[in-house]
Amino acid sequence: MSQEYNFAYLDEQTKRMIRRAILKGLAIPGYQVPFASREMPMPYGWGTGGVQVTAACLTPADTLKVIDQGADDTTNAVSIRKFFERTAGVATTESTRDATVIQTRHRIPEEPLTEDQILVYQVPIPEPLRFLEPRETETRVMHALEDYGLMHVKLYEDIARNGEIATAYAYPVKVEERYVMDPSPIPKFDNPRLESAAIQLFGAGREQRIYALPPYTQVVSLDFEDHPFNPSKADHPCALCGADHTYLDEVITDDQGGRMFVCSDTDYCSRRQADGHRGDMAPPVLEALS
Amino acid sequence: MTPLLTVRDLSKTYGGRIGCADVSFDLYPGEVLGIVGESGSGKSTLLNCLAGQLVPDGGQVVFDTRADGPRDTLIMSEPERRMLARTDWAFVHQNARDGLRMGVSAGGNVGERLMAVGARNYGDIRSAAIDWLGRVEITEDRVDDRPTAFSGGMQQRLQIARNLVTGPRLVFMDEPTGGLDVSVQARLLDLLRGLVRDMGLSAIIVTHDLAVVRLLADRLMVMKSGQVIEQGLTDQVLDDPQAPYTQLLVSSVLQV
Repeated sequence: MSQEYNFAYLDEQTKRMIRRAILKGLAIPGYQVPFASREMPMPYGWGTGGVQVTAACLTPADTLKVIDQGADDTTNAVSIRKFFERTAGVATTESTRDATVIQTRHRIPEEPLTEDQILVYQVPIPEPLRFLEPRETETRVMHALEDYGLMHVKLYEDIARNGEIATAYAYPVKVEERYVMDPSPIPKFDNPRLESAAIQLFGAGREQRIYALPPYTQVVSLDFEDHPFNPSKADHPCALCGADHTYLDEVITDDQGGRMFVCSDTDYCSRRQADGHRGDMAPPVLEALS
Repeated sequence: MTPLLTVRDLSKTYGGRIGCADVSFDLYPGEVLGIVGESGSGKSTLLNCLAGQLVPDGGQVVFDTRADGPRDTLIMSEPERRMLARTDWAFVHQNARDGLRMGVSAGGNVGERLMAVGARNYGDIRSAAIDWLGRVEITEDRVDDRPTAFSGGMQQRLQIARNLVTGPRLVFMDEPTGGLDVSVQARLLDLLRGLVRDMGLSAIIVTHDLAVVRLLADRLMVMKSGQVIEQGLTDQVLDDPQAPYTQLLVSSVLQV
């Protein structure tokens, strides 16, 4: 561990302040708690909120996993993992099962989480009513008074224009029949899995808000009686591991219209392949290795 | 009969200046009350105090609620007042842009109040919206257009539809025909008169246009410098004005 930094970069008073916000968030599920977000050594939009929450949660015994759009090997995930390797000296992993703290952007891991895990989301815009009501003073009053008719106006507009609820990510949810919450830009496919055994923490650095879902909290996606919530996904199996129950990325493979659908959760996909599952375009198993 | 709205000694000052002072009146179900006066006479201040958009300095505004009977709206909690404002009350702004969501389709605008009180069936909301657009003479094929694509008169009619969709019992109107040309005004007044009579609405209409109150209002209140200087039946006040200011006001109207 490099000695130039306090453990996990932030000073102890800052982490204490963030923990207080986290505890308040856990006490009032879905409520956005303001906190004094710090400048982090990365640009806003790269996960400054998530990083601060992770820093406040980490202990030296933790094992950290960082996900960016489901993958462990993209720029955001690699640099945040390196950041904590360097400033906290914690063990890191790409395996969902082995991690105790998981920071994520845009996905919930396919592997069901356990009570021993914390999932930290990076949130760009915590306010679900932001683009419906521009005044922050007014949206706070609307949350306080449970005045959520406007949220359904957005869904109404979706159906009127597109024939179905076209909101595909950041799909609004109601927490414990009280607060309407933006689940961060996860695909709506992941919404049913917000009801989880793990603690889920949401950090928005630029907007200076933290909110949280305690384990086993009721989370309901908003919808209409005659247009029920549909956690849609691409209608294909994974081309590498053959899974038909996971969220898929569409990958363009050439300029002739060739494409393949693969699991966006790279860890889950490679684990399935190691277990012997095969998709249409999976590389052949080498006899010599098996 | 219980008055729908009972106002007693309502006062509002802006620092040392009087907004409105010691206004008292009763409004009975199905009655339309006109408030006239020149600019700055306190008409809009009074209306905003009644509708809960301004906090008055003193007085009582007692509304006969459906559930609990007469209650003072000024000492109600904010959630109760908001609930009232989106069920039993309606507020028609002078400028339709203040009362509409310009980025949301006409159907969404009309449906908002329904969704705010818990309607969760898309088909029902949409057919209610289309029904109400029809009642204010907007054709069904405009239901998915935004209000920005509507003319001023259509926007005002859309605002009325949006307000009346939950079947309110009391409508506040602030210069509903202001800024519209005379032929559009006439049609809008016609429409309003029909809706008020059909639905048995009570309404409080603030205006400086005496023709509007002559057509719509049963009773009239004349305000000057924040005070009510004369009130009575509309025809009585307009045809036989007693106060000097009312006489001036009535004689100022150009006879064509």
